[in-house]
Parts: sequence; structure tokens; C-alpha cells
Amino acid sequence: MSVDTATVAKIASLARIKVSEGELEAMVPELNGILAWVEQLGEVDTSNVEPMTAVIPNTLRLRDDVVDADPLTGGGKREAVLANAPVAEHGFYGVPKVIE
Amino acid sequence: MTELTELGVARIRDGVKAGDFTALEVAEAFNANVAAAQEALNAFIVATPEKAIEAAKATDAKRAAGEELGKMGGVPIGMKDLFATFDVQTTAASHILEGFRPQYESTVSQNLWNAGAGMLGKLNLDQFAMGSSNETSYFGNVISPWRKAGSNAPLAPGGSSGGSSAAIAARLCPAATGTDTGGSIRQPAAFTGTTGIKPTYGRCSRWGVVAFASSLDQAGPMAKDTRDCAIMLEAMAGFDPKDATSLDLPVPNWEALLSADLSGKTVGIPREYRMDGMDAEIVALWDQGVAWLKDAGAKVVDISLPHTKYALPTYYIIAPAEASSNLARYDGVRYGLRDLPEGANLQDMYAATRAAGFGPEVKRRILIGTYVLSAGFYDAYYTQAQKVRTLISQDFAKAFEQCDVILAPTTPTAAFALGENVDDPLSMYLNDVFSVPASLAGLPAMSVPAGLSKDGLPLGLQIIGKAFDEQGVLNAGLALEQRAQFTAKPEKWW
Repeated sequence: MSVDTATVAKIASLARIKVSEGELEAMVPELNGILAWVEQLGEVDTSNVEPMTAVIPNTLRLRDDVVDADPLTGGGKREAVLANAPVAEHGFYGVPKVIE
Repeated sequence: MTELTELGVARIRDGVKAGDFTALEVAEAFNANVAAAQEALNAFIVATPEKAIEAAKATDAKRAAGEELGKMGGVPIGMKDLFATFDVQTTAASHILEGFRPQYESTVSQNLWNAGAGMLGKLNLDQFAMGSSNETSYFGNVISPWRKAGSNAPLAPGGSSGGSSAAIAARLCPAATGTDTGGSIRQPAAFTGTTGIKPTYGRCSRWGVVAFASSLDQAGPMAKDTRDCAIMLEAMAGFDPKDATSLDLPVPNWEALLSADLSGKTVGIPREYRMDGMDAEIVALWDQGVAWLKDAGAKVVDISLPHTKYALPTYYIIAPAEASSNLARYDGVRYGLRDLPEGANLQDMYAATRAAGFGPEVKRRILIGTYVLSAGFYDAYYTQAQKVRTLISQDFAKAFEQCDVILAPTTPTAAFALGENVDDPLSMYLNDVFSVPASLAGLPAMSVPAGLSKDGLPLGLQIIGKAFDEQGVLNAGLALEQRAQFTAKPEKWW
């Protein structure tokens, strides 16, 4: 499988990265080179193989169902959460208008 | 007295404890080296001399009060700028996180401060840890302190932990944190004559570490020798309920149990790692390593890891796929850069912010990842890669029925020149050929400096161990280290 300019433009749009025409032209052969190389995986017979989900056997834990079980990651941290926001207004994140 | 900046973790810790020198003297000596080398090597993105001094004074005060100093008491270290540090800029070497000052501390860095370590600064790296040469940092290349004999051409310190490896080799810090996703601790260690271990996946908490590929990312120590790595890993590791993949296991006493006697141990030599056209120097070093481990009492057997050749392509599907998902969080809303062109809507803002904030390699990987996860291609690429990953992991499990550790080269060549591989992403990716398989299987693996190339550059040997058996890896590493007697260091030109 190989990609063309239109496909790369579509992927870039899905990934929310703006790319110029010039960048697109340059990316097509680069991505095709990488994709052609990874395609060798197709030759491996994996018909009876389960895909890896956890590399080291582990069980998922549940934390206690209490408010602020870990004070470090619990609630009540509005100022800390907003401290690095490019635009914070009235205790919220500010974004361009999304309702027409 | 030896210059303080020549000392490693163990000797600083012991010297401070014994009163041979103060932690403050140590911190000041390293602070001076950091400042003097910054322009030439660019190993740090931000230096924090005041943090190092503050921690040193705390250690000296504890000693005066007769208190315990901790595993890393009095040892100043470099912190890879992938670890969130409270109110100290944390960038992952990206423009999109420039100016980001976390309001929390990563678990690993907090563990180190709790153990008495101090911070000299935040170390440069490949942007979002994506790279093998430290040429993708937004804050400029790190220059290796090493040079080829008879040449002044700048060399790569390896990547992604290239600031860490360069800083240790240049005596700017006795040790540093690294992270390893596909070889980012081991490859830079090999390129700079330093030692680094990636522990079993889950040993070190990923909480507060800027995410690249979550099923592969693992933090580990980089230092001058095996003992120093064992000490620092003890301080870094431990169960953390805030990381769902953290291992709920006690941290072993790796340092106390170090032993270079490999009697009764079996070392496997994977035949698939001996590739056509392999550098003769690397082959010779590998053979030498076999002889050294035999000399340490080990039995050596040939083993087979049949899916080795598929490890790199598997990695270059899985890692970008996870990265494309992880890096979706950089949206210009919550933290970091925002680029809002005149009249732009929210979607335009996302796309403009990410176009301005990510470097070319990061964009390339996000696009690859987005493609392999997209409808219609998911099974052919991503699911197939996850299946091959299972086979690679099973290869190791079978091999470890016959042996305790595996010996291999760390890298296919010595350090290359900056600029040598930047135009060809594939040739850069091939650098990780020996390091990626252990990452895919989540296994502990370390690189030990073992010799010099004909050009006078360091070469590393790699030990890969069973899951949870960092001790076996460290012990074999120590056996190599004692026989290699690697004492070379770069001639100071900076």
C-alpha cells in the first residue's frame, strides 16, 4: 500500500496538523519509504497468534471509590490546572467561539 | 584529592557520608562544569544550579544532625527534560511545551529527591524522545564530548537521552535519568562510553513522564558504571498507584547483591543478531564479550530469536501509533503553545498550533501513526504488528529456557557524525536494530562500555535479561565491566 498527496492531506487533517503543499510533496515519498519497509510484516504467519495487549503480565487495579483518594490527583486544583493555559478566563479554559 | 567531578554516584555518596567533602562542594563543582560546557555541548535545556545547591545544603544539614542521608544523599544529577519537575520548565525538547511549568513532580524525580539527590538541570533530548542522534530537539543539537581521532567534526551523543549521555561523559553530572522506548538509554550510553540500564517495563513509574509510546516507555538510570546504575535504579524504581502499568513488587537491593561471579549462569548468543555486512569491529567486540563472560564463569550457548528481523518494522508501527494517540493532547488549550491565526476557528487553531509546535520527525511519526490506525488499515498494520510483537516476546521466553541472560552488541556502529543520517529516516531507524527487540518484550537490558573503535570512539555491549531479573543483567554487566576496564574519556576541548 502506498499513499498519495491526497491521502497524506487527509491523514494530516485527521491528525490536526496543518501542512503546506510543499510539505505534503516532501512527505509523500518519506512516508511511502517507511510504509514499504514495514510491509514486510505481512509475510509473517500470525494466523494463530493473539495480538499483544500487555507486555509484562499485570492486573488492572481499582482505586478506592472515595473522593480525593489521592490528594495529589484529586479535585479542588483549579488554579494549578489552569496555571499553564495559554488563555484562562473566569476559571475556565478560553477557546475561540465554537457556536455560530 | 581526585577532582570531585571525576567521581561517580557511589563515591560521592560514600564521601559525603564519611565527611571527606561536603555535598555543597560537590554541587558547586558540577554546577561550574555545567556552566562552562553549555555553549559547546548544549547538553542542558535549563540549568538549575540553585536546586543543586539547595539539595546539597539539605544533605549537609542532615549529616550534621546525624540523620540518614538516603541512597543518593549528596549526589547531584541531571534530569532528562521528559520528566515533569515542579515549576521548572519541562519541554520534551519541543516548541509546543516551551514555557510549560508543571504544577506537579513526576514520581521518578520525586523518588530521587526523596533519596537525597539534587538537580543540576533539565537535560536536552530528541524532541518527545523521537530520535537516535539528538538532532530533533527544538533547542538545538547536543554535541558529543567525544571526537574521532584526528577530526573535529561534531558527533552525535546518541538519542534520545543524548543530553544525559553527553553530560555524564563530559563530567557535567555523575549520573542522569534517561528514558528508553526503543533504545534511548542504551544507544546513547554506547555512543559515549557510559553505562545505562532500562529496567523491566513497569519498574519505574511513568507518572509525570511526557508520554511517547506508553507500552514501551520506561525510565532508567545512566551513569559511569554498573554499581552507580544499581544505586540509582533502586532510588528511581517502586510501585506507584498513579501508573496503571506500575509493577506492584518490592524494589530489590540490587547494589548489595551485585556479584561478578557468573558460575552456574548461562549466556545466550542470538544467532540472528549476527547480520550480513556487520561492522568487523562490532563482531570482534562481541566475541571478546563472550570470552569475558566465560572468564567470569558463565557457560555460553547459541540461541535463536527467529523474529528479530521483524522487530524494527513492528516498532515503527506500534511506537508511532501510540505516539499519535498520546500527542493528541497538545491542542493549544490546556498548556503549551497556542497559535491562533486571525479569524481562525477552534479546528484551525488546533491545526496551526500543532503545525507550529511539532518538529518534522514528530509530525512524521504522528502521520504514520494516524495512518496505521485509520479505518481500513488498522488490521493490516497495527493488529499485525501487535501479533508479531507477541511472537518476538515468545522468542525471548523460549530463549530464556536455555539461558539466564543474552549478550549482544548495543549498536551496529560507533557514534556517527551529526547530519550523517538526518536526510534518511530509515537509516536513522536502523540504529536501533539491537535495542528494539528487548523494548518490545519489556525486558531489562543494559549497555556497558566495552572498548574503543579504531577511530577512538566508545563501543558498548548489551546484556538482555529475563523480566524482573535486573540483578542478573547488572551482574553480567559488572562482569563485563571488570574485564573491559574501560577508562577512556573524551579529551577536553569544550
